[in-house]
Amino acid sequence: MSFFGLDCRKKKEKEEERHLRANDREFNLTFQYATNAIKTSKYNLLTFLPMNLFEQFQRIANAYFLFLLILQLIPEISSLSWFTTVVPLMLVLTATAAKDAIEDFNRHKSDSQVNNRQVKVLMDGQLKSEKWRNVQVGDIIKLENNQFVTADLLLLSSSEPLSLVYIETAELDGETNLKVKQSLTVSGDMGDDIETLAAFNGEVRCEPPNNRLDKFTGTLMFKEQKYSLDNDKILLRGCTLRNTEWCFGLVIFAGPETKLMQNCGKTTFKRTSIDRLMNVLVLWIFGFLALMCIILAIGNGIWEYQKGFYFQVFLPWPESVPNSAFSAFLTFWSYVIILNTVVPISLYVSVEIIRLGNSFYIDWDRKMYYPRSDTPAEARTTTLNEELGQIKYIFSDKTGTLTQNIMTFNMCSINGKSYGEVLDFAGQRMEITERTPKVDFSFNRLADPKFVFHDHSLVEAVKLEILEVHAFFRLLSLCHTVMPEEKEEGELLYQAQSPDEGALVTAARNFGFVFRSRTPESITVVEMGETKTYELLAILDFNNVRKRMSVIVRCPEGKLSLYCKGADTIIYERLHPACKTLKDVTTEHLDEFAGEGLRTLVLAYKDLEEGYFEDWRARHHAASTALEEREEKLDELYEEIEKNLQLLGATAIEDKLQDGVPQTIEQLAKADIKMWVLTGDKQETAVNIGYACNMLREEMNEVFIISANTAEDVREELRNARRKIKPETIEAEPIFEVKQPKNKSAVLPEDTVEGEYGLVINGHSLAYGLEKSMEVEFLRTACMCKTVICCRVTPLQKAQVVQLVKKYKKAITLAIGDGANDVSMIKGKRATVSMDGMRETAHIGVGISGQEGMQAVLSSDFSFAQFRYLQRLLLVHGRWSYIRMCKFLNYFFYKNFTFTLVHFWYGFFCGFSAQTVYDEWYITLYNLVYTSLPVLGMSLFDQDVSDRWSLEYPKLYQPGQLNMYFNIGSFIKCLLHSIYSSLILFFIPYGAMYDTMRDDGKDLADYQSFALLAQTCLLIAVSIQLGLDTAYWTSVNQLFMWGSLAIYFAITLTMYSNGMYLIFTASFPFIGTARNSLNQPNVWLTILLTTILCVLPVVAYRFSRTELRPTINDKVRYKVSQSKHAPPPQATRTRIRRTSSRRSGYAFSHAQGYGDLITSSRYLRKNMATFSPRSKTNAKQPGTVLKTYRAVKDTVVDKTL
Amino acid sequence: MSNRKGPPGSQPFMKRPDNTAFKQQKLPAWSPTLKAETVLPFFFLSGVACIMIGVLLIITAAGVQEIKVDYTEERDCAECYSLRLDRANSIIDCACTVFFSLSEAFKGDVFMYYGLTNFHQNQRHYMVSRDDAQLVGRQYNLKNPSITCVPFDKYKNGTPIAPCGAIANSIFNDTLQLFYHSDKNTETPVPLLKTDISWFTDRTVKFQNPSPKDNLTAAFAGTARPFYWWKPAYQLSVEENNNGFVNEDLIVWMRQAAFPSFKKLYRQLNRTQEFNDGLPAGNYSVKISYNYPVGKFKGRKSVILSTVSWLGGHSNFLGVAYCASGAIILIVAIILTVVHLKFREKPLGLEEE
Repeated sequence: MSFFGLDCRKKKEKEEERHLRANDREFNLTFQYATNAIKTSKYNLLTFLPMNLFEQFQRIANAYFLFLLILQLIPEISSLSWFTTVVPLMLVLTATAAKDAIEDFNRHKSDSQVNNRQVKVLMDGQLKSEKWRNVQVGDIIKLENNQFVTADLLLLSSSEPLSLVYIETAELDGETNLKVKQSLTVSGDMGDDIETLAAFNGEVRCEPPNNRLDKFTGTLMFKEQKYSLDNDKILLRGCTLRNTEWCFGLVIFAGPETKLMQNCGKTTFKRTSIDRLMNVLVLWIFGFLALMCIILAIGNGIWEYQKGFYFQVFLPWPESVPNSAFSAFLTFWSYVIILNTVVPISLYVSVEIIRLGNSFYIDWDRKMYYPRSDTPAEARTTTLNEELGQIKYIFSDKTGTLTQNIMTFNMCSINGKSYGEVLDFAGQRMEITERTPKVDFSFNRLADPKFVFHDHSLVEAVKLEILEVHAFFRLLSLCHTVMPEEKEEGELLYQAQSPDEGALVTAARNFGFVFRSRTPESITVVEMGETKTYELLAILDFNNVRKRMSVIVRCPEGKLSLYCKGADTIIYERLHPACKTLKDVTTEHLDEFAGEGLRTLVLAYKDLEEGYFEDWRARHHAASTALEEREEKLDELYEEIEKNLQLLGATAIEDKLQDGVPQTIEQLAKADIKMWVLTGDKQETAVNIGYACNMLREEMNEVFIISANTAEDVREELRNARRKIKPETIEAEPIFEVKQPKNKSAVLPEDTVEGEYGLVINGHSLAYGLEKSMEVEFLRTACMCKTVICCRVTPLQKAQVVQLVKKYKKAITLAIGDGANDVSMIKGKRATVSMDGMRETAHIGVGISGQEGMQAVLSSDFSFAQFRYLQRLLLVHGRWSYIRMCKFLNYFFYKNFTFTLVHFWYGFFCGFSAQTVYDEWYITLYNLVYTSLPVLGMSLFDQDVSDRWSLEYPKLYQPGQLNMYFNIGSFIKCLLHSIYSSLILFFIPYGAMYDTMRDDGKDLADYQSFALLAQTCLLIAVSIQLGLDTAYWTSVNQLFMWGSLAIYFAITLTMYSNGMYLIFTASFPFIGTARNSLNQPNVWLTILLTTILCVLPVVAYRFSRTELRPTINDKVRYKVSQSKHAPPPQATRTRIRRTSSRRSGYAFSHAQGYGDLITSSRYLRKNMATFSPRSKTNAKQPGTVLKTYRAVKDTVVDKTL
Repeated sequence: MSNRKGPPGSQPFMKRPDNTAFKQQKLPAWSPTLKAETVLPFFFLSGVACIMIGVLLIITAAGVQEIKVDYTEERDCAECYSLRLDRANSIIDCACTVFFSLSEAFKGDVFMYYGLTNFHQNQRHYMVSRDDAQLVGRQYNLKNPSITCVPFDKYKNGTPIAPCGAIANSIFNDTLQLFYHSDKNTETPVPLLKTDISWFTDRTVKFQNPSPKDNLTAAFAGTARPFYWWKPAYQLSVEENNNGFVNEDLIVWMRQAAFPSFKKLYRQLNRTQEFNDGLPAGNYSVKISYNYPVGKFKGRKSVILSTVSWLGGHSNFLGVAYCASGAIILIVAIILTVVHLKFREKPLGLEEE
């Protein structure tokens, strides 16, 4: 199902350039541009049947059966009645058609819903409400906040200053952050003046419709002036207007010509590796079929030549058959019909049903349901389940996926005293749990109710007015770039660029130092209930080299202070020698914090002398306006003033991991799944998280960090790493297993590695690593490591990394991330456009439903709310799905081959005349009725061991990665098994019936009795085989199994009854056969013998295999059966021990330059009014400003990529 | 677009999946494993059981007496054999006699069969060449034989053939008469029954004469006999209930054999007078009116006399197959036991994992 649909209409003639004039429908109509009505539905009532049938017959399987049907209509060839093919084909076609019809109906509905949306259009000088479908190119429309953009628009004007608008492009590219667009000044000046807008007659010339979302070129002619237009002035259909009261736009592309619609239809259907294998196998099977038919046809030729020719007394050759060779030719086709069951049409249908069923299990799993946000897991693609059981590589985002993107202020060290731990009466450290009493912040009415702290002593210290403690929190409330937002009096919201800062400022707020508002020149803080305004004199901003930031403020009392926070190593260098003792104590604390996996910052301050500062300030001013070497000069100045600092203490912030992340990663590692984290974060942050979530471990032999700046250095570092891991691989060139000579893709073999290694590579080096000449080098080294962390990578690089692994590794990949896209607005309908490269290119994309409400990932195949559910998805659902699918395929091929091969053997006894062994009705119903439900039952319910055991032994996952349960080998095994079974099933009844009679002397060796015997033997044998394959016998399995056998006998007795014969004489010639032969003891003895001979070898084989070479599976099952009475193991939730090495780092994730923004009055224009009585409009301004920052930052980042 | 989080407290777990055993995949189930304690006894038991069944079957089959006399080219039948090689001679009668002796008496019911080898009644084109609707007595089909009967559906002048098709056309038309020679000069005809030799369902349901059933001549009016027949269907027998389509010889023939060598029930011993206990030991002869040509396709014809048991005929196949299977199963069972005791991977646990 798709929201905006798949079916993009082809353009009639190529449009060279688009030319349109605003407010001039007549002019624009001459070009016959598409209107804004879209049509994604494929059929209407009349066209449904022919078109749908046409489409269905384009599928190979269906076309093949149509071909068979045609063969069957040729009397010389027809070896089976038409209904044997028509009945299954009809069922398949009807089922598919019904599905298509429902989908198309939904598309019709969504089309009409979209087409009938209302929008305000400027017509005849006034705004009228119109349906979307009636909007035309050249119309001016008015959009309001939170509305969808109707068509591709040229932004004319908006309610916001500088004619900015904010849009969310989630539906286009999956990014939720807001993007900013700005109109031309000339049009922006029109504002919302309807008359001016109505008189606007600008002419636009621009590119023809295309699907490039990031590019637009065109010109606007207005009042004899030419303005150039670019992508920044275009609002694309599919976006949503946010934080903007209204805007006006000129329709440039409408309906199917919008970039969104031009982009659709690109969805590639993902195929699983089993799908691909199946396609190969089907070719094999065709070959096998042809071989059998050729053998039988040659046999027929010989037979007709040697015997049939002389038998013509009783059976003359038809006139159309002049000689035995032609008879052989016809027989070939006759056998194609009879043996067609080796390529089963119902296979594809069953596979779809099984996948669908297993997808539902994912949707239904309560253990993947996240109650806090009321989010169940969702299988958005229902065709990939079994690949979940074969994952070898996981590529993960960090923020929002591994972490919650929530920073919490956990601990601090102030003046040599550590706060944040809870001690019991004996002075022992207590584990902090949900029940640990929280600190009561009610004394502070501006406190953030969500802030949680457990150590009471810190509040007491604040209340005791200990100087250092106050200074500590004062620093936190002053030294930052956070923007406050106060919608209601006292309800403060902080818009922090990095969550770290937010956490620190919030902590200060709760401990009584409330950062309330800021202007470019001042910061207002409510200190212990008392409002103080500090004059902000300078922000010495953060950058990557400095790793610290400082502010210089003048206290209300007039004292000048510099407050500084930064990475410990950096600050320590700049401390006043007098702090030595304090430094040592603080260092101890820092080590402790780091051991907890916390991010640390050191705080220091310094009082400044007025005279010195004035001097410094003058020099600062000079430097900041210098034309040359401004940066260097400023740095020098900063360096000069940030000296001899007084140490205040340190903070420890926890980058909150999602629940259970370390455990999950440990589990996945045990399952031999390799985890690659691809993050845009800085190296320190990424490494920190790597340790925190147990991907990098202290006990690892080594963690390599690749951060070189030239290609040669990168290569050298990679080689060095490999030299340490496995020296012998350096000299030897990698041996490629050539997959297929044609497409020249090669598979890199797995290197077995002793010990555990980690690899951290930054985006810069990665760029070299991904170059053609070095990609193999990089991949080899990376694949030898347990963990790979790529930091500072661009989205494009993410996709490239995934592609690289896909290209050289015969492994299934999974990408997980939290593109939190709003699905609620489209209610389950899917936009087919998605740009998230990583999730698109990996075999499977998994989305983490976002933190805020019910958001999920549009481009993902599976989604759920918490990272930890991944282990259940893979180790339980994926594994089961894979096992089920493999069991299904093995069994399905077995049962069909066995069924078919009996015909082959019979060919040698019936003159190779393409006589079937079984009753035609049996042939018709075998796959559809007699054997379909039991095998479906197995493929939907089977589980080798329960979910708990699956999680207990993650190694159970490995056979799936190695593709052990269904591959060419197992297929051939299955074929050999079938040959054996079919030999038994043919020759035992043959021997038993040959030359014998009933107990009353009458005929028993007649064709019909033999057919009945053979088909009964077959059905019982394959049913019992299914029983052997089934590991988990639910009542449903029992019902299906026994029910199918019962139905077989019921149907057989019915079809062989007098009544059926007398009504449909020609169709049911087997009258009386069942009654006359099923009462014979030797018939039942034959059935028993065939069953024994079919089943016991399998039992013996499987038994000796578990005895001699037990697989991990057998072992766990054995263990399960041993501990029948003991309860299954509880999922262990041991606390992962954290490492103790110190990894302090300035963890701000934001980029340089925010200080400038803060102090730039332009952006804070609106913010000045924060404390004045305000309307709703400007209440949201501070947020908007921040969004502007964000948008600006994004553009900066985009440009650098 | 609305924030679906909703106000707190409003049905917070709306989307929580149901906690049913089915949806949570926790249906109670039985998960059997192949364990030595069950597999090995099972193998031993089934091996022993198979051998026991096999022995029982062999003993049973040994109790069945059967004699088969191939008369294709036997003695004076050889002349007829060569005569029948040429179709032009089909109008010439040919009779011959074969002799055989029973060393011991055939006790109980004795059945007489004719056997044909190398005769492909299971050839697809042969098998379809019949019209069941005609044979069940439908008027329309009687006059309009199915296209499947081609080329045995109509005469050139359009007269429909009843019964149509290759099967009916090629009906076995030798007549076999059994004589008992109690001494050299006496020749006692053995009384044989020609009824109740076909399946009950065949002669009551599957084959029915067209109406009027009491006047078959009229019923078959407008149809003609099959090419190779000497007389029309309504003259196959003099007995009224064994005539036309319900003639049992025809019905037996029409039930096609599954394999190219087959035997079909021809007559049944009428246990009267001296044959009350079956066939006594001694000399017998079969007088054959030799009509059926098999020479062309190297077929063989034979006459078979047999008694029956609850198992059917003389065939030893099942008994031997059971014995052999039982023996193999026992051997496998022993091997498995050895494997289990000696060679299995000892720590069948997960200690090393």
